[in-house]
Amino acid sequence: MSKIEMKGLSVYYGNGTVHALKDVNMKIEANKITALIGPSGCGKTTFLRALNRMNELIRVRTEGEVLIDGIDIYSKKVDVIQLRKKVGMVFQQPNPFPMSIYDNVAYGPRIHGVRNRELDGIVEESLKKAALWDEVKDRLEENAFGFSGGQQQRLCIARALAVNPEIILFDEPCSSLDPISTARIEELLSKLKREYTIVIVTHNMQQAARISDFTAFFLMGELIECGKTPQIFERPRDKRTEDYITGRFG
Amino acid sequence: MEVGRAEKIIEKVFFISALSSILIVFFIIAFILKESIPALALGWNFFLGMRWYPPHSQFGIFPIVVSTFVVGIGALAIAASIGIPASIYLAEFSPGWLRNIIKPCVEMLVGIPSIVLGFFGLMVLVVFIRNSFGGYGECILAGWMILAIMTLPHVVSISEDSIRAVPKGYKEASLALGATHLQTTIRVILPNARSGILASLILGMGNAIGETMAVLMVIGNPNIPWIPSSVLEPVRVLTSTIVIEIGYAVWGSMHQHALFALGVVLFIIVAILNVITTAVIRKGVAGIG
Repeated sequence: MSKIEMKGLSVYYGNGTVHALKDVNMKIEANKITALIGPSGCGKTTFLRALNRMNELIRVRTEGEVLIDGIDIYSKKVDVIQLRKKVGMVFQQPNPFPMSIYDNVAYGPRIHGVRNRELDGIVEESLKKAALWDEVKDRLEENAFGFSGGQQQRLCIARALAVNPEIILFDEPCSSLDPISTARIEELLSKLKREYTIVIVTHNMQQAARISDFTAFFLMGELIECGKTPQIFERPRDKRTEDYITGRFG
Repeated sequence: MEVGRAEKIIEKVFFISALSSILIVFFIIAFILKESIPALALGWNFFLGMRWYPPHSQFGIFPIVVSTFVVGIGALAIAASIGIPASIYLAEFSPGWLRNIIKPCVEMLVGIPSIVLGFFGLMVLVVFIRNSFGGYGECILAGWMILAIMTLPHVVSISEDSIRAVPKGYKEASLALGATHLQTTIRVILPNARSGILASLILGMGNAIGETMAVLMVIGNPNIPWIPSSVLEPVRVLTSTIVIEIGYAVWGSMHQHALFALGVVLFIIVAILNVITTAVIRKGVAGIG
């Protein structure tokens, strides 16, 4: 069964004047990396933020269903706190809190009431999973701002892992990083998919081609095409997909 | 060439305008200092003297300074306990339309002339206190309330600005981890806005201590200043003492010098508070950036 399934998902902004996502139907497989590509303003970030209801921070109207493990996350019974615990997110700009490495990773577990004596283990395990432990294990009490952009982004990944999610959403996680840091994050994503379902928005089509199993192409709020990554890049079914990935626009 | 000369002249005019503010500050300070030196020369008898009674040439300002701080700190405590939660509500929780009503109302408080506020205090607050708690009515409590009203808008607007200045990324990161809005506000947003909030309080304190007219009208001003033992007692503060006595201090007398010295003390207290405010804001900015 698919981990996530969208049925007729539409999102409107600005009191309904902007139709940001138009009737999207799509399935996302568990333990795979699904890449969302498309030109700026095509709705891919809106789509991503629909999966953990982060769109609700601004005034939006969402229609349709988003089923995660078969449960519609927009139904009234779903607790948004539990949803966001299950669906983690890593942002475009590394956004560690201005506190120590340890406190950054421990923030989520503390919020959810994990006891202090369990924190050390969670922090270590999360940092190891994010491939950051060896670099920071002697500097856990240092402020996160003293680390490089790439390290900060891996810290944000560790912070997301610490609350034990099942799905992790990445919103252009490498757009502010240098090529070496980017390569490390990509390598990390390929490892993480064994345990987690990953959805990543990227501007970089090579990145999508390199790391993802599935690719979805969005244009002006519509899902144009979704399929296995090699198929999308080698034999796109839609003319618009072909035009975009061959660089004719976007 | 004509254009070049005109520019030079205009630049000079601007320079002189800029210079004039320095000169004005310098001359004011120099003049007040010069006039106050005979009183300041009394030394500890002036600063720590317990009795201010000019007819007997007694110029101890200690009770006045203590009263000034009592009135200022109390007013600030009231303003902070209303203003900080209000600023949190405005910045984080209020719907846009409500904020558009509350914010102008709070800012309108700044626009009320202090004499009008003082008049209101005298006619309404003082009477209310006299009827409810007894005593003169003109007292510290009335001063606190009036000064709190005057300080509140500064506390609210500076605190709200600093809460809004916390990077959006922190808030999103926290919410995305499953934190509630309140948890996010307490654990992430407020710690990052703390220097701005602190600055608003210190600045508010400076305003409260320097404020004259409204306070003068409601705090009673006993003939001989004392250190109060109850909030229902009338007191004298630095500003009110100067205003009340400047009219009958004999020109060139020690009394007049002592009043100038009160001005110096007031000036220094407010200046120190302003410097601390600036330092706190700088430190906060450096911490976030």
